[in-house]
Amino acid sequence: MALPHDNDPKLASYAHPERLVTTEWLSRHLDAASGPDAGLAVVESDEDVLLYDTGHIPGAVKVDWHTELNDPLTRDYVDGARFAELMSEKGIGRDTTVVIYGDKNNWWAAYALWVFSLFGHPDVRLLDGGRAKWTQEDHPMTTEVPQRSRTSYPVVERDDSAIRAFRDDVLAHLGKPMVDVRSPGEYSGELLHMPDYPQEGAVRGGHIPGAANVPWAKAAAEDGTFKPRDELEKLYQGEAGLSPQDQVVAYCRIGERSSHTWFVLTHLLGYPNVRNYEGSWTEWGNTVRVPIAAGTEPGSAP
Amino acid sequence: MTTAAALPPGLADLVDEFEAVTAKDRLQLLLELSRELPDLPEHLVGQRDSLEQVHECQTPLFMAVALSDDERVQLHFDAPPEAPTTRGFASILHTGLHDEPAQTVLDVPDDFYVRLGLAEAVSPLRLRGMAAMLARIKRNVREQTR
Repeated sequence: MALPHDNDPKLASYAHPERLVTTEWLSRHLDAASGPDAGLAVVESDEDVLLYDTGHIPGAVKVDWHTELNDPLTRDYVDGARFAELMSEKGIGRDTTVVIYGDKNNWWAAYALWVFSLFGHPDVRLLDGGRAKWTQEDHPMTTEVPQRSRTSYPVVERDDSAIRAFRDDVLAHLGKPMVDVRSPGEYSGELLHMPDYPQEGAVRGGHIPGAANVPWAKAAAEDGTFKPRDELEKLYQGEAGLSPQDQVVAYCRIGERSSHTWFVLTHLLGYPNVRNYEGSWTEWGNTVRVPIAAGTEPGSAP
Repeated sequence: MTTAAALPPGLADLVDEFEAVTAKDRLQLLLELSRELPDLPEHLVGQRDSLEQVHECQTPLFMAVALSDDERVQLHFDAPPEAPTTRGFASILHTGLHDEPAQTVLDVPDDFYVRLGLAEAVSPLRLRGMAAMLARIKRNVREQTR
């Protein structure tokens, strides 16, 4: 049932090109996103909860990171039963090819993809360049909300062991490679939140000792697509000193920007052992008796 | 203690409208409001330096707060089309507070937006932007009425 992969030569240079599609590929396969046996589901996931409603790719459904993927009571993601219900309601089956796109360099789209990956959805891909590239190329947009037939998505328990790290995992990981993907000001401790974003309540500024700083958006080119593989290698292997054999933990403020970096390291550069610590700075910066480092140097664990 | 009576009529009407519909329709209402946000008046276009940025909003939002000769609050907002939620928040404040007397604006309860019932549809985190906008409007009004 899965749709063919995109054979675009730029994508072919990545470790897992099957995790990306170009706007050109999506434009060609968009018909597969409609009809009773639609094998393709296009999903828009944005920072702005209303952006989809102002116009979206024809046939695309909305998945909101905040109101649909998070559990409202526990600081956690939805469980297997709720994810199954969400997918069924959106008309997505376990064997559906899912292509996710969104605003801001696919920031939230990558986050949604990471959550889909916690449930092991087999075929989930990102649209390279996201919403911005699609609209800049004048592909069609619509405000019509598609009626996809309801599916019965199976209840699959979330597997947090492979790609998600919790605070205690990070404590045990101290001394091994970590990448802090926030802005330099947040990393040094000068800022307690993203420039121009709301304060989310961390009581100390700085970073986890030993973490290298590679702001997430450095992985994106001007047009919002991912940079070519050699440039990404320069960034993460050259400047940040990571290597594909490393066990790596990525984090940011609440785990969304680091999902983007997790995608780059895992699917574009082929690192098999990358985990996203989504408790991130809002948890670490407030946790009693965990060490932090301030300033521009990574520092080391005590 | 604040009471519902402290809301100016335009804002009270909006709150009633939001309260009357389901969470899903509230989102639709916010979308409609985002479309109704007036453009910047000519004398402010291209004058971003003279506008104040609301840093608490997730997307860049600029605003200008002025008082007319009879001390009525004049509000102008500038937010990009790709930030409809932020535009919707601004539009609520514009619909409810523009051209109201300074004291009426200062008397609006800081937490009035809770009554819009948007926490479920939009998320509490996103709603912080609205609280920040109101706080900045009031601060501006206070400074100009001193």
